[in-house]
Amino acid sequence: MANTTTDRKVKISITLLRILIGWHFLYEGVTKLYNPEWTSFGYLASAQGPLKPLFTMLAQEPMLQWVDVLNMVALLTVGITLLLGIFEKKGALVGVGLLSLYYLAHPSLPGIQQINVEGNYWIVNKNLIELVACILLYNFPTGQVFGLAYFSERRLTKTQQ
Amino acid sequence: MDWTRRDLLKGLGGLPILGAVWWAGAAGVGRKMKERSQILEQLNIMPSLPPTVPGIEGEPIKVGIIGFGIRGEQLCRSLGFATQEWKEDMRLAAEEDPNHSALKDFENQDKLNIKLVGICDVFDVRAEKALRSFNTEDNQIKRYDTYVSMIRSGDVDAVVIATPDHWHAPMAIEALNNNVSAYVEKPMTHTVEETYRLREAARASKATFAVGHQHRQTLSFRTARDIVEKGTLGHVSLIQTNTNRNDDNGAWNYDIHEQASPQTIDWEQFLGSAPKVPFNKNHFFRWRKWWAYGSGLSGDLLTHDYDRLNCVLNMGIPESVSASGGIYTHNDGRDVPDVLQVNMEFPNYSTGSSQNKGKENGMTFCYSASLGNSFSRPTVLMGHDATMELGNRLTVWPDGASTRYGDMLELGKMQPKVPIYQYNPAANVPDAISSATSQYFADKGLMWTYINGVRVDSTFLHLREWLSVIKNGGKVSCGIKEGFEEAIAAHMAGLSWKLGRKIEWDVDKEVLKPIPGINFDEVLLANGQWAAPVAETSES
Repeated sequence: MANTTTDRKVKISITLLRILIGWHFLYEGVTKLYNPEWTSFGYLASAQGPLKPLFTMLAQEPMLQWVDVLNMVALLTVGITLLLGIFEKKGALVGVGLLSLYYLAHPSLPGIQQINVEGNYWIVNKNLIELVACILLYNFPTGQVFGLAYFSERRLTKTQQ
Repeated sequence: MDWTRRDLLKGLGGLPILGAVWWAGAAGVGRKMKERSQILEQLNIMPSLPPTVPGIEGEPIKVGIIGFGIRGEQLCRSLGFATQEWKEDMRLAAEEDPNHSALKDFENQDKLNIKLVGICDVFDVRAEKALRSFNTEDNQIKRYDTYVSMIRSGDVDAVVIATPDHWHAPMAIEALNNNVSAYVEKPMTHTVEETYRLREAARASKATFAVGHQHRQTLSFRTARDIVEKGTLGHVSLIQTNTNRNDDNGAWNYDIHEQASPQTIDWEQFLGSAPKVPFNKNHFFRWRKWWAYGSGLSGDLLTHDYDRLNCVLNMGIPESVSASGGIYTHNDGRDVPDVLQVNMEFPNYSTGSSQNKGKENGMTFCYSASLGNSFSRPTVLMGHDATMELGNRLTVWPDGASTRYGDMLELGKMQPKVPIYQYNPAANVPDAISSATSQYFADKGLMWTYINGVRVDSTFLHLREWLSVIKNGGKVSCGIKEGFEEAIAAHMAGLSWKLGRKIEWDVDKEVLKPIPGINFDEVLLANGQWAAPVAETSES
């Protein structure tokens, strides 16, 4: 019984985490969607660290417009899947991908100048923490606890039994 | 199958959250954009596109180059001719830094319909470098020993003059008198007297005269003019412009070529009207440091800032100028100041007023320069209603006590620390600029402009405009009127520093108000600060 209670608590906690992360991604995506002037140029052009040449290249046309669209679509995808609790494993993976790129563009590595960041970090920063949280969401899907996956066939069959 | 409320909550609970977040994001962005468009509508600023100049059709214009030093080489590149050495250097720079696009920019530059026919430089190494780099099988460039023989050869339609200052006017006048068009570097002249003679020559000549203030082609400056004309800033009472440099190159200590010698340099011709001194490499390569050949900060760098503002405001010659400063950072034998402050007064100038009629009138233009510190102080135009920072980028901030924006400030739709307008034509172009000096020029909008997101060399546009006017007629943007104003303003600053007193301009008579016992040109050409009359009186 204790086991089930712990289980429940874990599920609720992870669900909460999933909703907040989904919320964060969705809001970032929507603000970009509705602002035609938004561009990732500044973030990419000011990239630091070992992958700087890659990001500098992405900041140039015609790459840039694709990068902008893909980034926005990916943000919305992660936001919607995590909030609705459906295809959340795929969403969490996309989130991990996006956050890796954000982290690598401005890594908090010692000796690298920190541009456009709030706070002080050594190797670990908020992007990296959110990234690991997405790994957790990938490994512990909670859509069946709270989300559209609740209606999945398996679940319904189960409840009818 | 019956779904309980519990089922619906668990299954669909995410939907309202999604809706709320979506709505908040969309509404937030929408509100910000609406506020911004309201402000922009009220300001009604139009970023201007470059005027199209008619092409140079038919026979190519035959161009001669007088002076192939640092600036001469730059001008040739803008005309489409780069030396092998430069191309190699730029190729290596691009290998090191993929953002270094100088060579690519040069190769992408439109070709001008000109023919380089002659070169004139008193230093053999430079003249030969030009011949070696620009000679082709179908176009052999001729080296002329003197500018007079080049101008009178009948083989050149136009000359580009990039020499020490004391040669600008004599060469330009010779060209114009022979109906050869002339493009002369700044400052236009070296003395007050020749400024008038050059104006006469330009007015009388059939040829086209232009002064090399290339920033007049910069889009942000054209937009800045629109901003001022629409009264966005209100009455501008103070302008601050600055020179902030702290490197050898910026202090005019250029490299001395190893092959320089009395055998390779025509020293007599270099000296021209300057005092006869023995051969001196330092003087030859670093001539900007002496009044005998150059004009110091007032002629060399103040002229850029003065003309930048004259192009935006069209304020003309100041009614009076006071200057002070000294040789404080590079006491290396130079006689021009390296720290200089110049205040130019325009008591009857106004950019318009949002307050009671008559309350606001008059403006001070304040130029502050140091060659011993490179902290980047921007150029700012300070008006009652707003402040504008002027460079390759433009930013306008409302003033907290503005009359014009009072309502919007009160409603919180504007905030004094938040720009109401920003214009950055370079927003999509990553830059890699090598030296401190070139960064200095780039920040001021003196190096290039951006057209549809593509970087264009403003000197190229300026030369193209001059060449187009030569062929098709029309008006250059920096001609004799603008050059005359620039030269007189610079000379007033130089005179004020040398004499340690205010120099005044008689607007009606168009002359400097005379000072008894003072010959302005004698003062201007003298080494360092003017002390001669005092010494004479004390001795007699």
